[in-house]
Amino acid sequence: MRFSFLNLAKQALSAHRHWPEQWRFPEPKAEYDAIIIGAGGHGLGTAYYLAKEHGLRNIAVLEKGWLGGGNTGRNTTIIRSNYLWEESQGLYEHSVKLWENLSEELNYNVMYSPRGVMMLAHTVHDIQVFKRHVHANRLQGIDNEWLTAEQAKEFCPILNISPNMRYPILGAALQRRGGTARHDAVAWGYARAASAMGVDIIQNCEVKGIRRDANGAVTGVETTKGFIGTKKIGVVAAGHTSVIMSMADVRMPLESYPLQALVSEPIKPIMPCVVMSNTIHAYMSQSDKGELVIGAGTDAYTSYSQTGGLHITTHTLDAICELFPNVRRLRMLRNWGGIVDVTPDRSPILSKTPVKGLYVNCGWGTGGFKATPGSANVFAHTIAKDEPHPINAAFTIDRFKTGRLIDEAAAAAVAH
Amino acid sequence: MSMSLRTTKTGRIDRTRPLSFRFDGELYRGFHGDTLASALLANGVHLMGRSFKYHRPRGVVTAGSDEPNALVSVGVDAKHTPNLRATQVELYDGLVAQSQNRWPSLSFDVGAINNLLSPLFVAGFYYKTFMWPNVAWKKLYEPIIRRAAGLGTASSEPDPDHYSTRYAHCDVMVIGSGPAGLAAALSAARAGARVILCDEQAELGGSLLSELHASIDGKPASQWIVDTIAELRGFSPTVTMLPRTQAFGYFAQNFVGLVERVTDHLAKPDPKLPRDRLWQVRAKEVVIATGAHERPLVFPDNDRPGIMLADAARIFANRYGVRPGGRAVIATAHDSAYQAALDLKAAGVAIAMVTDVRKEANGPLPMAARAAGIRVETGTAITGSTGRLRVNAALVSKLGTDGEEAVPCDLILMCGGWTPSVHLFSQSRGKLVFDEARQVFIPGTSAQAERSAGACKGSETLLAALEEGFAAGHDAAAKAGFSKGNVKPVKVGGVIEAHGGFLGAVPHPHDAGRVKAFVDFQNDVTAKDIKLATREGMRSIEHVKRYTTTGMATDQGKLSNMNALAIAAEALGKPIPAVGLTTFRQPYTPISFGAMANHSRGDLFDPVRKTATHAWAQSHGAIFEDVGLWKRAWYFPKAGEDMHAAVLRECKTVRDSAGLFDASTLGKIEVVGPDAAEFMNLLYTNPWSKLEVGRCRYGLMLNEAGFVMDDGVVGRIAEDRFHVTTTTGGAPRVLNHMEDYLQTEFPNLKVALTSTTEQYAVVAVQGPNARKIIAPLIEGIDISNEAMPHMSLRLGKICGVQTRLFRMSFTGELGFEVNVPADYGQAVWEAIWAEAQKYEACAYGTETMHVLRAEKGYIIVGQETDGTVTPNDLGLDWAIGKTKADFVGKRSLIRPDLVKADRKQLVGLLTVEPQKMLEEGAQITLVGNPPAGTSALGHVTSSYQSAGLGRSFALAIVSAGRSRMGETLYVPMPDGPIAVTVTDPVFYDKEGAKLHV
Amino acid sequence: MLLIPCPHCGNRPELEFRYAGEAHIARPADPSSTSDQDWAEYLYFRSNPKGLHIERWRHVSGCARFFNCVRDTVSDKILKTYPAGQPKPDLEALVKEAGQ
Repeated sequence: MRFSFLNLAKQALSAHRHWPEQWRFPEPKAEYDAIIIGAGGHGLGTAYYLAKEHGLRNIAVLEKGWLGGGNTGRNTTIIRSNYLWEESQGLYEHSVKLWENLSEELNYNVMYSPRGVMMLAHTVHDIQVFKRHVHANRLQGIDNEWLTAEQAKEFCPILNISPNMRYPILGAALQRRGGTARHDAVAWGYARAASAMGVDIIQNCEVKGIRRDANGAVTGVETTKGFIGTKKIGVVAAGHTSVIMSMADVRMPLESYPLQALVSEPIKPIMPCVVMSNTIHAYMSQSDKGELVIGAGTDAYTSYSQTGGLHITTHTLDAICELFPNVRRLRMLRNWGGIVDVTPDRSPILSKTPVKGLYVNCGWGTGGFKATPGSANVFAHTIAKDEPHPINAAFTIDRFKTGRLIDEAAAAAVAH
Repeated sequence: MSMSLRTTKTGRIDRTRPLSFRFDGELYRGFHGDTLASALLANGVHLMGRSFKYHRPRGVVTAGSDEPNALVSVGVDAKHTPNLRATQVELYDGLVAQSQNRWPSLSFDVGAINNLLSPLFVAGFYYKTFMWPNVAWKKLYEPIIRRAAGLGTASSEPDPDHYSTRYAHCDVMVIGSGPAGLAAALSAARAGARVILCDEQAELGGSLLSELHASIDGKPASQWIVDTIAELRGFSPTVTMLPRTQAFGYFAQNFVGLVERVTDHLAKPDPKLPRDRLWQVRAKEVVIATGAHERPLVFPDNDRPGIMLADAARIFANRYGVRPGGRAVIATAHDSAYQAALDLKAAGVAIAMVTDVRKEANGPLPMAARAAGIRVETGTAITGSTGRLRVNAALVSKLGTDGEEAVPCDLILMCGGWTPSVHLFSQSRGKLVFDEARQVFIPGTSAQAERSAGACKGSETLLAALEEGFAAGHDAAAKAGFSKGNVKPVKVGGVIEAHGGFLGAVPHPHDAGRVKAFVDFQNDVTAKDIKLATREGMRSIEHVKRYTTTGMATDQGKLSNMNALAIAAEALGKPIPAVGLTTFRQPYTPISFGAMANHSRGDLFDPVRKTATHAWAQSHGAIFEDVGLWKRAWYFPKAGEDMHAAVLRECKTVRDSAGLFDASTLGKIEVVGPDAAEFMNLLYTNPWSKLEVGRCRYGLMLNEAGFVMDDGVVGRIAEDRFHVTTTTGGAPRVLNHMEDYLQTEFPNLKVALTSTTEQYAVVAVQGPNARKIIAPLIEGIDISNEAMPHMSLRLGKICGVQTRLFRMSFTGELGFEVNVPADYGQAVWEAIWAEAQKYEACAYGTETMHVLRAEKGYIIVGQETDGTVTPNDLGLDWAIGKTKADFVGKRSLIRPDLVKADRKQLVGLLTVEPQKMLEEGAQITLVGNPPAGTSALGHVTSSYQSAGLGRSFALAIVSAGRSRMGETLYVPMPDGPIAVTVTDPVFYDKEGAKLHV
Repeated sequence: MLLIPCPHCGNRPELEFRYAGEAHIARPADPSSTSDQDWAEYLYFRSNPKGLHIERWRHVSGCARFFNCVRDTVSDKILKTYPAGQPKPDLEALVKEAGQ
């Protein structure tokens, strides 16, 4: 049943008794043309685009837990494309363009809200770095503009631009098309649309092994629901990528870190945009529900525990209270953690692998949500054609051998 | 004040201390010891809030921190605090509170139109609509939704209060001071352990504070509390008791976070006191004694003001001396509500009837209620209510019948049973188990050194709570190494056992698709919303939660989670444990950002590092910039000068005469030992073995990936001693990098590393007059060009102080850097400054330093480099020791991408129009007006106006730049392209003649 | 905040330490004769296990020494720490010991 105001009103007459399941709950078939491991936004999106753009309908998405339950459902939903390197700009901008029409495309309101992402400069070095971003983005036709501190405050009135701050705000880079979206809706929207095209989404199905033939090519996966045959496996397992890839004896240039986020109790709107400060490590936006959504960098050590240290949270909040001194009396409602897989150059891997039939989409670190549609779209292409789309051609595993890194971190870009 | 709603005998309020307060502008009176909720109830006010989505009128439901409805804002202006639970706000004289989420008033709220639209506004409705046209979400729908959502408002002013923090260690941390917690603290203290006991409430005692009938060891419960606290106080300082202190988080290795509310309950707090205090406690052993939460019953229209939990009503009556109504209907599935019936009856509330959804209720409490003449109907459910801003009747029906009886009342009390508070246990990563018999999750296997006691582990009697508490405290103390004494048996009298419970939605004769039986009050989630979610494929409890928002309100599901889970399980036809449990996350209840941020504000946000000449620079008008933690003088404007004018003047003065620059912030590392040279060979690209003692060399450091990481001048003090300098920001990183290789890769090398950054103040004297300026102050060093050539160093004295004198230059002029012990820094600087005055030299800041070095083509790591740049890219191959077999980064330099011909290389750029300035970071292209998507050839890394050249100039990183000398390229800008000519990056004194004078 | 037993100083809070990645990744003895692939493995490829991880920490605000640590990345429990340079411990034995 199509999602629309009309159908909502019609269903209201019958007490909403006739809404169907948004996705099917199939048992796994013996064999699929392709299997995606991981039913987060990127994995479900990959299946959706495989079905829609590449005509593969006999595909399955396997999920250890419940769909959208990993980083898709735990992140702070920031969307932007104002990256430094052209490779990154291409990938993230592809994504932003898909975001702009995603609700209509999926017939699911993902609440993409381009309310602007503002990145604060606190030092002369910050100014140099952000202006470099602004110029690099302009050359690629990506919006990103430089604001003075006063203009930044005009855009976000609760921002503290006092020159007496420990690290006064000297200006900001603003991407107006940046913003936020509703994370769960992205997973659910892709799942519903993919399922409708015949994609089998199999939840509570953990992959325990990857089976390969004598030539090393993949032949299927061992799961908690038995063996499932396939010649193509796309691994989209975020924090657990290393674990899955080791089943095919592939070692990855990845480390998994806890990443924490928190929300305040809901309040009436005070925050019209997303504000990020790399220098003092914090960012904040406000959800439609009214909660201030706050995050920072990862914890210091690798972990799969989905929790982090209190000192990370206190440090995040001291930065937030410096930037927005009027929020100090508000209260933290919930603090949680995810597991993010981080590459040495803080850029993702969207690539074929040394194993025939095995493809991997990982390494999004702290910033994967924004890339969901674009990543899924080009990864589907990579799996379908057995070669990368031009947009993800540079995001190989091989770059760590050649030294052709896409180093957003070294370039002092914000890794969120 | 309507005294008629006060009980005559009960209550811990101090009736000799009346207080006045305002709620929504209205003046009311209460007593010391009241909460805002109890005082409002005593004034006959039940309507305290509006729900989140439907804006339904709501009254207080609980008497504690799990309150979902009665959320208020307290305080005015900068101290306005939203979303506080009226049940936790302690009354003080002059308190000002407001209701929230309503307009124009609490009793008439326009937003209540949402309630009429509720057939549309079901769970997840917003995912299904508002999609067309694309821009309408941001422009139209979202702003409306955002305005309607949210609860209270944030103050627009900075919070004037301050907050504090402390770290603490203890042997036994006891969380919760009800009977189990007090007993645990007592037995641990008696055993000799250091104990911290905390409780979220204003008074210690927990459920005993509202207990009228129990005796413990022959004493009334209230007396037992007094005696127990007195005994605990006697152990001071080994026992710390913290009321008003919420244990909000249980972290790895028994690290427990507490927030103590220090002043919120005071009318006129001492301004020296912090508002909240964050405690970070590392406990050897922990006792969790956090009690249980009473569950509401999920029945149609269960949310009207005047409907509350049975035990909450009992607490209001027994502890606060308030009759919450005149005539009550009690709906229950648990014996404990009969105690409420008895106590309220005794307090003067008429009990119209008790409906019990259970077929039979023949326990001692129901029997006692019947004996007291209370009408008890078993096998009967509450199936609805009527009333608008206050309930006026309960609808009850016999199970299995359609008949419904309207029982007039102004108070409905409900009790669905008790949910153990397992939050902290679960946060500690302990495994919960589902107790099938009692339908509750209780603590199973522990993951940390903790144990639960009392109601939070599912125990149902006071005796069990006390026994478990004593045993837990004793066990915890013993495990922490304290085993004095034994646990004495405890005797309890006067309490009657209570059992029972009901999960899920109460059966009723109405169309379940049309009624609103609330599961999550605050977020307006009804039983039918949960069923809709399961119908739509939300089969995991996490999906149900996220789709309906049940359990996501500010009480985080303390009242709602078990009912939601049961309704979902029933709808899915699965047992409860198979549907799962949502994760318990910290904080247990919301805690202020201020408590978390603490002292880290303003100047205390990060340490400020200042050089020895900071005060001097300040008094000479310096403007500072932040570099890492340092404050560095950026430029020294004279009256009427802007930055541009000041920098041009400073540059010209240095080139014409001389300038003084504080270079103290550069990192300094002393590399000492017989293998020092070999170590330097491995850590830097340059060769060091043949560097003579007394000479210096520019050192280039790579990371193992072959990219430039740091640089600086290194002097050889002795055969076995190097004085290494690093960039300002890179100092800690470089030392860590060196230590890493020394300790783990080259541990055989006999070398010691010491940071000496703070030990030396460094005065750079640069310019043709530099030698003349320092000459009169130097003792014991021949500083002539012949005796002390460029890139050499000497030990001696300046102004009578030991110095390491470097002859080096970052400006292209004759230069010295005077290293003296930091304590003498300012005196030496002032002495040199006095000499410099004779030559009309200036003090200059980092900006002039940047310009002068750029004119010489000297790089700044972090400006010309960005972590992706190799020595060759920078034209620094000369700094690589060609004959060295190995150094950190060497192997990476021959990776395929690092030897490509089109790599970006350092060049100079001159704009075709000499006065046109390039912007740093601007991109460089082949053509002037490239189409969007054109790849850049590179970017401008440094751009300045040169006093000496009389024009602008820039450094840039350009693809194959060294093969493009003389080529015209373009820098496209919003207002048109700027044509530039590629040049050598050295603009000043290419031969270096000025360095060697 | 973890409590980390520095092998030289005893239990200290995490704030005093700096994490330094997977342990026992030795720098190739002769980098110049190491292939691009092997060199990349040394630089970037990590085991990143879900379970026992042998990792390096530096007690930077203490004795300043690097040491190795066996930690379970699921529970964050630390099973053992030992000075840099000592051989890899027997993980199975450690697990058994921790179980008892």
